[in-house]
Amino acid sequence: MLGRGEVSSVELMAAVIARTKEVDARVRAFNSFDEAGALAQARASDERRAKAGPGGCGPLEGIPVGFKDVISVAGQPLTASSRMLANFVSPYDATVTAKLKAAGAICWGRLNLDEFAMGSSTENSAFQTTCNPWDLARVPGGSSGGSAAAVAAGEAVVSLGSDTGGSIRQPAALCSVVGMKPSYGRVSRYGLIAFASSLDQIGPFARTTQDAATVLAAIAGHDPRDSTSVRLDVPDYNRGIAELARSGRKWRLGIPREYFGEGLDPEVGAAVQAAIDEYRALGCEVREVSLPHTKYAVGAYYIIATAECSSNLARYDGVRYGHRSRDARDALDIYFKSRAEGFGAEVKRRIILGTYVLSSGYYDAYYLRAQKVRTLIRRDFLEAYRDVDAIVTPTSPTPAFLRGDKTSNPLAMYLNDIYTIGVNLAGLPGISIPCGFTRSGLPIGLQVIGQPFKETELLAIAGAYEGRTDWRSRRPDL
Amino acid sequence: MNYEAVIGLEVHVQLKTRSKMFTRAAVGYGLPENTLTDPVVLALPGTLPVMNKAALDKIIQAGLLLGCEIATVCKWDRKNYFYPDSPKNYQISQYDQPICRGGRVEIELPGAARNIMGEHKHIALTRIHLEEDVGKLNHGEGESLVDFNRAGTPLMEIVSEPVLRSADEAFAYLTALKTIMIYGGISDCDMEKGQLRCDANISIRPVGATTLGTKVELKNLNSISFVRDGIAQEIRRQTAVVAAGGTIAQETRDYDGQTGASKSLRSKEMAHDYRYFPDPDLMPVEVGEAWKAALRAECPELPFDKQRRMLEEYGVPYTLTSVLVPDRELSDFFEEAARLSGRPQAAGNWIVNDLLRELGSAKMALAESKVRPAHVAGLVRLVEEGVILSNAAKEVFIEMFQSGDAPAAVVARRGLGAGTNPDELERWCAEAIAANPKSVADFKGGKDSAINAFKGPVMRAAKGKADPKRVDETLRRLLSS
Repeated sequence: MLGRGEVSSVELMAAVIARTKEVDARVRAFNSFDEAGALAQARASDERRAKAGPGGCGPLEGIPVGFKDVISVAGQPLTASSRMLANFVSPYDATVTAKLKAAGAICWGRLNLDEFAMGSSTENSAFQTTCNPWDLARVPGGSSGGSAAAVAAGEAVVSLGSDTGGSIRQPAALCSVVGMKPSYGRVSRYGLIAFASSLDQIGPFARTTQDAATVLAAIAGHDPRDSTSVRLDVPDYNRGIAELARSGRKWRLGIPREYFGEGLDPEVGAAVQAAIDEYRALGCEVREVSLPHTKYAVGAYYIIATAECSSNLARYDGVRYGHRSRDARDALDIYFKSRAEGFGAEVKRRIILGTYVLSSGYYDAYYLRAQKVRTLIRRDFLEAYRDVDAIVTPTSPTPAFLRGDKTSNPLAMYLNDIYTIGVNLAGLPGISIPCGFTRSGLPIGLQVIGQPFKETELLAIAGAYEGRTDWRSRRPDL
Repeated sequence: MNYEAVIGLEVHVQLKTRSKMFTRAAVGYGLPENTLTDPVVLALPGTLPVMNKAALDKIIQAGLLLGCEIATVCKWDRKNYFYPDSPKNYQISQYDQPICRGGRVEIELPGAARNIMGEHKHIALTRIHLEEDVGKLNHGEGESLVDFNRAGTPLMEIVSEPVLRSADEAFAYLTALKTIMIYGGISDCDMEKGQLRCDANISIRPVGATTLGTKVELKNLNSISFVRDGIAQEIRRQTAVVAAGGTIAQETRDYDGQTGASKSLRSKEMAHDYRYFPDPDLMPVEVGEAWKAALRAECPELPFDKQRRMLEEYGVPYTLTSVLVPDRELSDFFEEAARLSGRPQAAGNWIVNDLLRELGSAKMALAESKVRPAHVAGLVRLVEEGVILSNAAKEVFIEMFQSGDAPAAVVARRGLGAGTNPDELERWCAEAIAANPKSVADFKGGKDSAINAFKGPVMRAAKGKADPKRVDETLRRLLSS
């Protein structure tokens, strides 16, 4: 509509602002937004479009993008939903931000998350709990709960999240939107507040796989500021997807038997089975595969992720920026009191766990071993990919749970990531797409896991199912 | 009982790169606080390190100069500890896979006298690794301020084996190491600017023992003479403790160069657990043979190798080489002047005496000097050919140091030539002979010393600028004709 001139960027932005003002008091997806700044960006976009003429702009020109509050935008707050950074304004742009700006997108508001991206429900935010737009009594998932809820509730056209163990895919599933985690190294992490550096990856939330592909194309690519970003060309995803769709390729899909056992909600299981049947109906070859080390994934993940976070979060010390305790008397006091006051319980729990597993004498037994398990898990996937093009699983074992339901039981919360964690450990791309609703109207997500750096194929496979359903046209009743 | 000391040194050397170890912010010294920073240096949320390849080049070159084994992969680890001068509260360093292992430093111990070469030894190295420097705390009244200008400067840690036996050996080791680092362009090693810093691990044991005693780490040895004095003092302290029946506590001590005493900083019980683990933000970097070969090709001749060659090739005295060799630029200057003049010793004397003196009083660096090797060689030739006398030559040197003019031009302008006009000298000699027939007769009668009677009038006529050798030759030629 923007491209055809039916609506201006300012009109679109104003509509998004109005919608946000209307619903966000209930959804609470945003930590903050700058209405005037967003409209100014929209005006600049309209000017660029006028200058460029018809067809002269890219697909993201004038599109409001919401940012998980761990991705830096110069001049905007960057809080990680933590008291520690409650008053921090970032002076620089993340690489993804700079790329989106270059593509003409509007840096819209700051979206809520579990503090420092640690959690699966957005209840660990120091500021507010985001509500699931489909049932306000329930969580939107996490940690990118704000990013998923904002897109689901129409408060942003697309948004960015980060995924360390499922933090994009799980909330996407729980909010009935598309959420994608690219292959590790596909998108620069420069400007993303690190939780676990070897697992973190930025990815898009959107209503459709096509929109997700458009955002991915804009943010992907090697970045000289991130030496873990890979030197691979970024394909034109949407063209590649269209070509694959035209070719009528019959995909071979793997169903890992380890992902359909105990703990899987029957309604989720049934919806995923129905989706698999759709793939069969499309002529895809579906076969069972085995990922035998799956049972060790959660354990390995919580060792590696906590070890890395214990070091990554050491910089939040109250010395240079962020929260500093008013009671501190000396340097040690600044550390102890500022961190005690600045971090929430889950962040502290993980820092302590990570500090422990890296301690002298425990390193080999925990961290080194977890890295070996990680290698085995990646090998499981690569082994399976000898026979299949992608793997199809539920995204989350359950639909959205009630707020407060699991906050007192961290282990139950951790098990919510059981189907998503392996993808991060193996560095693979994964996507969650809507695949139905429970009888009580809660969204269910289907996870498709791709091969390293084969995002085009992954998006094409997800899009093939998406094209046969209209789950995406349903809207929450807000 | 007699005791011997066992000393190992940990030397930190800042690498001479333009930008910092893991970001583009510039490296520098003496600038206003917190001006050499960027989001990465300050460890702002979301920032990531990216390795500076020039720093890796420098440390590999250092390793090649010191004969180390160079790792095939450069791997990075995090060393976790909290301190306000450390922006990330971890330091990116190398733990189990240092880029350089082994190697050695050739040292020269003090000789019996200044002009006698001392004994040479090789001090074995354990490892050299690369890391990033921390910031600096400035303690004021009731507050401490942090300056992050230094934070992130590429820093290499050179660890010696515990094979040094005395404060003098430690001094010689540091001196030699510093010279090699400067030669390779690896660091300027200015200790006042903190570009070279040294910690010493010191223990004592009965002479002949093979096990090591309890070691004490001595910190803050921030000049080369403090290293020598601090180590000597620590050896005396430990010897006194043991002699009095006490035992040495494993601890870290802080040396105060002003008072010459040390005090305990922390004991072993307070030792850190650094929780090292591979840095997930940095990919290991492969160091291929071609890379190493290119760096090897750029390696300069080592100072002691150069000194041995100079002694042999130019036949100059040890003392001359010991002034020239520590300064690569100065020794290159000398070699060119020696080659141009064909008189190494004379050229060397001008350089170490006159040139260094003038540079010193003008507070100039050699690179700024208008006197170049060709000037020195020219001056050596003018003296050699008797065109000027050595007294006049000193004046010529000072003038050419100031003007940068060629020595011959200075001589001509100032009329400092020693009877430069042979016709004039010939005339003065002829006049002196004609005026003194008695001495002519004496000389011709076999009294050789009678020739001296003519020299006074010639020198007077020449206003003292005539070359006595030339005067003597001319008189003899005229008298015998």
